[in-house]
Amino acid sequence: MLSKRGVGVAVVLLLAAAPVMAEEMNVALFTANNIWMMVCAALVFMMHLGFACVETGFTQSKNTVNILFKNTFIVALGILTYTLCGFNLMYPGDGGNGFLHFSEFWIANPENGNTADYASGGYTYWTDFLFQAMFAATAATIVSGAVAERVKLAPFLIFSALLVSISYPITGYWQWGGGWLSEAGFHDFAGSTLVHAVGGSAALVCAFLLGPRLRKYSADGKIRPILGHNMPLATIGAFLLWLGWFGFNGGSVLSADPAVTSLVLVTTNLAAAAGVISASIFTWIIFKRPDLGMALNGALAGLVGITAGADQMSPASAILIGAAAGVLVIFSVQFFDKIKVDDPVGAISVHLVCGIWGTIAVGLFGEKASATQLLTQLKGAFSVVAFTMIFSFVFFGLIKVLLGVRVDEKEEVEGLDEGEHGAEAYPNFAGNAGIL
Amino acid sequence: MKMIITMIKPERLDDVMAELRASEIRRITVFEVRGYGEQMGHKEIYRGQEFEVKLNPKIQLEIACNDEFVEPICKAIEKGARAPGGGAIGDGKIFVLPIEEAIKIRTGERGSVAI
Repeated sequence: MLSKRGVGVAVVLLLAAAPVMAEEMNVALFTANNIWMMVCAALVFMMHLGFACVETGFTQSKNTVNILFKNTFIVALGILTYTLCGFNLMYPGDGGNGFLHFSEFWIANPENGNTADYASGGYTYWTDFLFQAMFAATAATIVSGAVAERVKLAPFLIFSALLVSISYPITGYWQWGGGWLSEAGFHDFAGSTLVHAVGGSAALVCAFLLGPRLRKYSADGKIRPILGHNMPLATIGAFLLWLGWFGFNGGSVLSADPAVTSLVLVTTNLAAAAGVISASIFTWIIFKRPDLGMALNGALAGLVGITAGADQMSPASAILIGAAAGVLVIFSVQFFDKIKVDDPVGAISVHLVCGIWGTIAVGLFGEKASATQLLTQLKGAFSVVAFTMIFSFVFFGLIKVLLGVRVDEKEEVEGLDEGEHGAEAYPNFAGNAGIL
Repeated sequence: MKMIITMIKPERLDDVMAELRASEIRRITVFEVRGYGEQMGHKEIYRGQEFEVKLNPKIQLEIACNDEFVEPICKAIEKGARAPGGGAIGDGKIFVLPIEEAIKIRTGERGSVAI
């Protein structure tokens, strides 16, 4: 993909110089594109630190080791299972039926994998794999926040492995792998649906099957807040995610195309900023206090919301989408609290609700907006969400029946750090560390 | 020998310590504690849910002293811990208790010399 200006420069150079010169230009462009894509892969990788910080900050100190362990393990698991089968299930190449197609286990660099032929000069096969593997791990990590503080470790890791290696690549193939949704004209630029709503759908099903944390509701059914133990960490996490989104959306251009990449970074950041402002003002009005936790959720809501159409939107539309997401996330958090789906970090509201909103927004705003596009967007979001929810319900349900998914009451009260890991996150009382 | 136990507002600790030093009192132990008295708790909001924080953060001081120091210590604490402008609810309390025995671990001395 070349921008108009890039083409102009290239044409001038072509006219002025021999074909050798053009080839060198091509290599330079290929190299620049590939470097940008590798930088983006690294930025998306850093989002995992963001998730770890947000989840740790929004939960109780007695579950910190457990949360950090989950987030560490799932990233590694996501990358390895994506190597084993995920990548080829999501991008199997031509010849599939559009719904399910698997080429082969393992990754292997094709003959043209390191050349500009592989992806129109955007990146190499290795970069392609790495960038996509980071995305896959993101979808898996989203779930862990919603199930925090009560899920049994091993059963949850088994479910995460299934989600990231089978479910996520199948729905990803429908659109990004050239399947039936891409044929239908569905637009999901960087994954409001394919990554965020997928993670959010699984989060909703898992949180529902798990039930709320003990003491979240009083005997008469009133909501009792369970305070997160570290707001600075939650803030660091939200900022890391915001930073990582430069790569998440910026890399989804699939080249360093100057015009599109710059626009995407601008729309991404405008939506995040608008999400912060709208969530802050809204909480200030309805709770009479500006709520930091909700402001952070507002940033993430805006980011998830713009992700489907970051390449389509004008600055004004991006702000509108982000601002709406910032308000939507607050209603959503309150709604899920009310129906007793306990989500300690707001993952369902941020990723599922705002993911669907962002997907629909492509049909309402921006270059593609139209009634038919809106219908296609609805169809796409609905199919992916429905598939993921059914998949999660079947497999997490099966694991629940076979292994149990919830720690016992005593362990939940004492904390999963002691119960699952026999460890503490903050072992700083003199006399406790040292000789047995 | 007496043990003086006092609960004060955290933000008054610096002033109380300054007053104690001015009265040449150089032996104190400080705890971070939580509690409530007439002041009761206060309201907070977490992710849109209002709730009552029943226990307020307080500072507890323990000072062991010989009898003649009780008055100057209590005066110093009162002066330092009372909110400016004539005091406020939640300023705290002072309790004076008898001490049966005192032992200085380093030297093994007992009684009032140990303090």
